[in-house]
Amino acid sequence: MRELDKAQVQSPDGASMGGGGSLPSNPKPTRRPVISDRVRDFGQTYGAIVALALLLLFNAAFTRNFLTSQTLNINLIQVSTIVIVATGMTLVIATGGIDLSVGSLMAISGALAPLIFLSKTFPFSDPVLGIILAFVLPVLAVGVFGFFNGTLVTYFKIQPIIATLVLYIAGRGIAQVFTNGKLQNFNNPSFQYIGTGRPFEIPFQVILMVLVVALFAWVLRKTVFGRYVLAVGGNEEAARLSGVPVTRVKLAVYVISGMLAGLAGLVAIARNSSSDANLVGLGLELDAIAAVAVGGTALTGGRATIVGTLLGALIIQLIRYTLVANQIPDSAAQVVKAAIIVAAVYIQRPRQG
Amino acid sequence: MEETRPLLIMEGITKTFPGVLALRGASLQVSQGEVHALIGQNGAGKSTMIKILTGAYRRDGGSITFDAHPVDFHSPHQAQLNGVSTIYQEVNLVPYRSVSENIFMGREPRRWGFLNWNQMHRQAREILQRFDIEIDVTQPLLTYNVAIQQMVAVARAVSFKSKLVIMDEPTSSLDEREVATLFRVIRQLKSEGVSVLFVSHRLDELYAVCDRVTIMRDGQTVGDHTLSEISKLELVARMLGKDLNEVQRSGVTGFTPGTHHPGDPLLQAQGIRNGYKLQQADLEVRAGEIVGLAGLLGSGRTEVARAIFGADRLEAGEVSLGARPVRFKSPKDAIRAGLGFCSEDRKAEGVIPFMSVRENLTLALLPTLSRLGVVDHKRQQAVVERFVRELDIKTSGPEQKIRELSGGNQQKVLLARWLCLNPRLLLLDEPTRGIDVGAKGEIQRLINELAEEGLGVLMISSELEELTEGCDRVVVLRDGRSVAQLYHADLNQSIIMAAMAQDTAEVLPQTASGPPTPLTSQEQDTSHA
Repeated sequence: MRELDKAQVQSPDGASMGGGGSLPSNPKPTRRPVISDRVRDFGQTYGAIVALALLLLFNAAFTRNFLTSQTLNINLIQVSTIVIVATGMTLVIATGGIDLSVGSLMAISGALAPLIFLSKTFPFSDPVLGIILAFVLPVLAVGVFGFFNGTLVTYFKIQPIIATLVLYIAGRGIAQVFTNGKLQNFNNPSFQYIGTGRPFEIPFQVILMVLVVALFAWVLRKTVFGRYVLAVGGNEEAARLSGVPVTRVKLAVYVISGMLAGLAGLVAIARNSSSDANLVGLGLELDAIAAVAVGGTALTGGRATIVGTLLGALIIQLIRYTLVANQIPDSAAQVVKAAIIVAAVYIQRPRQG
Repeated sequence: MEETRPLLIMEGITKTFPGVLALRGASLQVSQGEVHALIGQNGAGKSTMIKILTGAYRRDGGSITFDAHPVDFHSPHQAQLNGVSTIYQEVNLVPYRSVSENIFMGREPRRWGFLNWNQMHRQAREILQRFDIEIDVTQPLLTYNVAIQQMVAVARAVSFKSKLVIMDEPTSSLDEREVATLFRVIRQLKSEGVSVLFVSHRLDELYAVCDRVTIMRDGQTVGDHTLSEISKLELVARMLGKDLNEVQRSGVTGFTPGTHHPGDPLLQAQGIRNGYKLQQADLEVRAGEIVGLAGLLGSGRTEVARAIFGADRLEAGEVSLGARPVRFKSPKDAIRAGLGFCSEDRKAEGVIPFMSVRENLTLALLPTLSRLGVVDHKRQQAVVERFVRELDIKTSGPEQKIRELSGGNQQKVLLARWLCLNPRLLLLDEPTRGIDVGAKGEIQRLINELAEEGLGVLMISSELEELTEGCDRVVVLRDGRSVAQLYHADLNQSIIMAAMAQDTAEVLPQTASGPPTPLTSQEQDTSHA
C-alpha cells in the first residue's frame, strides 16, 4: 500500500503522458516532478535556519567582537520591534492580505502613550494606574484602527493593499494631530521599562518579542482560530462552505496586526525617551513584510510560519550588521537586503499547473 | 438542406493534455452565412476545439481548412486578422475607453500620424447602426450594460471583416430582452453572409437562432444535424451518449435501488429563487431518501444546492427543515442545523491544497473538536483515523498534503469532512465527477449505505445511471425552474431526458406509469398547450 502511494505521488507528468494513447482517463492534476518539490519544501522549511547559521558562522570568523553579549543585545534590540510587528503581519499575509498601515499605527500609539502619562488635564491620583492606562489605551486604540482596516477589506471588499494604504497615509497625520506636531520628550522609568528594562541582564523588549512569537506560533498551530487563518488563506471559498466565519477571521487578523503594531510603537518610544510622530515606525511596514517573506510564509496566503518570520527578521538584521560592521556603507547594505528579499520570493513563486 | 459553400472544415482534430486525450479525431464543418450550434457536456471538448481553431492551443493532429485554404493559426490575434473572431462569455474589452476606441483598438484610423477621431467615431456609429444600436460611441464602454458591451464586441469582430464569429455562451449573463437584441444581431450577420459558431446550453436558444448543430461527446464529434430535423430529445440523448431505443441497463453503479425506507419529510423548499439562473424550484427530501437533481448545464442545479445551504443569497421562497422554517444566512448556520454540502468543483471550493488530509477532513468539525478554542489533537487524530479506515482513503498518512492524493481519494476526504459532522442532510453536487471507476463505485455504495441508515441525500448528477439507479425520486430542472418530479418506479433514462429537453409530448404517451408530475401551474400550462 505504502509502495503504491509513493509510486503515485512520484510519477512525474511525463509518465502519465505516456498513457495518453488509451481512453481519456480521469484528469489528474498535473504536478511538477517531486524532486523539485522536495528541494523547494526543504528550502521553505530549513532554508531560513541554514541561512541564519551560515551568517552566524561567517560573523564569528570574520567580524571583530561579534561573539559578545553586547553585540548580541544590540542586534536583538534592533530587531525586536520589527519582529513584533511582523508577527501580526504574518497572520494577515496568511489570510492572503497585507497590512501597510503598521508603521503609521506605531506612530499613533507612540503619540498617545506620553499624552496619557504626561497628562496634566487628567492628573492620575494613582501613578500606577496612569502607567497601566498608558500601556493599555494606546494598544486598544490602534486595535480599533486595525478593525477599520479589516472592515474595509471584508465589508467593503477593498483590496488589502489599498485598504491599508488609507491608514498608512492618514495614520501619521492622525498621530501629529494628537501631539500638535510636537516632539514629546519624557523621562518616566516605570513606563520606559518596556524599552530599557533589563531583567537578568536581558533587554525586556527581547523577552517581550520572544513571548509574542511564542504565543502566536502556538495560536497559529494549535487553536481553531489559527487553523481558520490558514484555511481562509489557502482556499477562501472552500473555507466558507465548510462553515469557517471568514469575515470574522479576517477582521481579527487586522485587529491583531494593529494591536501588535501599537505594542511595538510603545517599545520604540520608550527606547528613545521621546516620541516623534514623524519618525516612529517609519518604513517599518516594509521591514516587517520583508521578514515575513524571507521567513518562508507564502505571500499568496495559506502557508505561514511565525518562527520563520523571527528567523527572517534575524537574517535581514544580521546581513545589515555584517555589512556595516565590515565597513560596507549602509546604502550598499540596502541593495543587498533587497536582493535577499527577491531571492526569498523567487524560491516561493507559485507552482505552475 | 440548401447547398452552401463550406467556410470552415475541421477534420480529425486530436489534442492531448498531460494524462488526458481531450480531442480524438473531432470534426466541425460550418457553411458560409450559417449559424452553427456547438453543444456537448462539460469536458466534451467544445472549448478545446474552439481554442485550436483560434490558435490559442496547437493541435496534435488533423487539418483545418478556412475559406478554401488550409490554415494553422498561431494566436487568436492572427486568427482575427484572417477573419475568425471570438466573443467570450465575459466581454474582454477595455472598460474605461470609449466605444469607438474599443471597436478600432489596434488599427485606429490615422491622419498624418495622429488619431483621426472624427472618422473613428463616424465609422463606429455606422457599424453599430447596422445592428440598430444607437448609442453615444464617445462614452466609455463601462457606461453600457453587458448586452451592449457584447454588441460592441460583435461590432469589433465585424469591423475586422470577420467571416466567422465564434460566440462562447454569449447569453449566460444576459436577460431576456438582451438575448433578443443579440439574436437580432446574429440574424443581421447571417444576412450579410457572416457565419456564426454559437455555443450554448440553452436548447430553446439553439432552436431559435441556429441552422445546424454539431454535437460533441468525449472528445469526438457524434452528430452534425440540421436543427429543424432533430428533436430536442434526440439532441439531449446524443449529447449524453444514450440510444433512445436502448434497453435499460442496470447494475452499472454502486447503488442498490429500492432499499431505502423514506421517513418523515426532512427538507422542503418552495419557490426558491436567486436571479436569472434559479427562478423557481420546489423540492422535498425525506430522511433516508436519495433525491436526484437532474438538468442540463446551466439549468440551475448547483444554484439550488447553494441557495438551500446559505452559500448564495436566497431572493425568495421558503425552506424548511424538519417542518421548521429556516433561512440560512451562511454555510455556518446550515452546518449547525445539520446540513453538509459537497461542491462540484473540488479544486476551487473543496480542498485546501497545502493543508494535510487531517486538517482538510476535520475543517468543518473543528469547533466541536476544541476546548476553549484549542484543538484537541487526540480527538482529531481519532476522527481522522476512523474515517480514513472506514472510507478506505489511500494516503501515506494523515499528515500527507491533500493535493498529493488522487481525485477519488480527495473526494473521499471531502465526503468525510461532512460525514464526521454526523449530518441529517447531505447535498452532493456531482459526487463522482472526475474520479476513477473504482472509487466511483465505492462512493456510490457509501451514499447508498448512508441513506439506508436514515440520512437524507440530495444528489446532483449528470449521469443518468446514477439518477435512475440511485435515487428514490428525481427532480428535473430546466432553465432555472423545477419542471418535473419522477418517482423511482417511473424512472428511466428517456423520461429524464425528455423532461430535461422539454420534449414531454414525445415520451409521455409511451410510459405506462404516468407522466412526470408538473410542479408549477405555469409549467402545467405549457405542457398541455
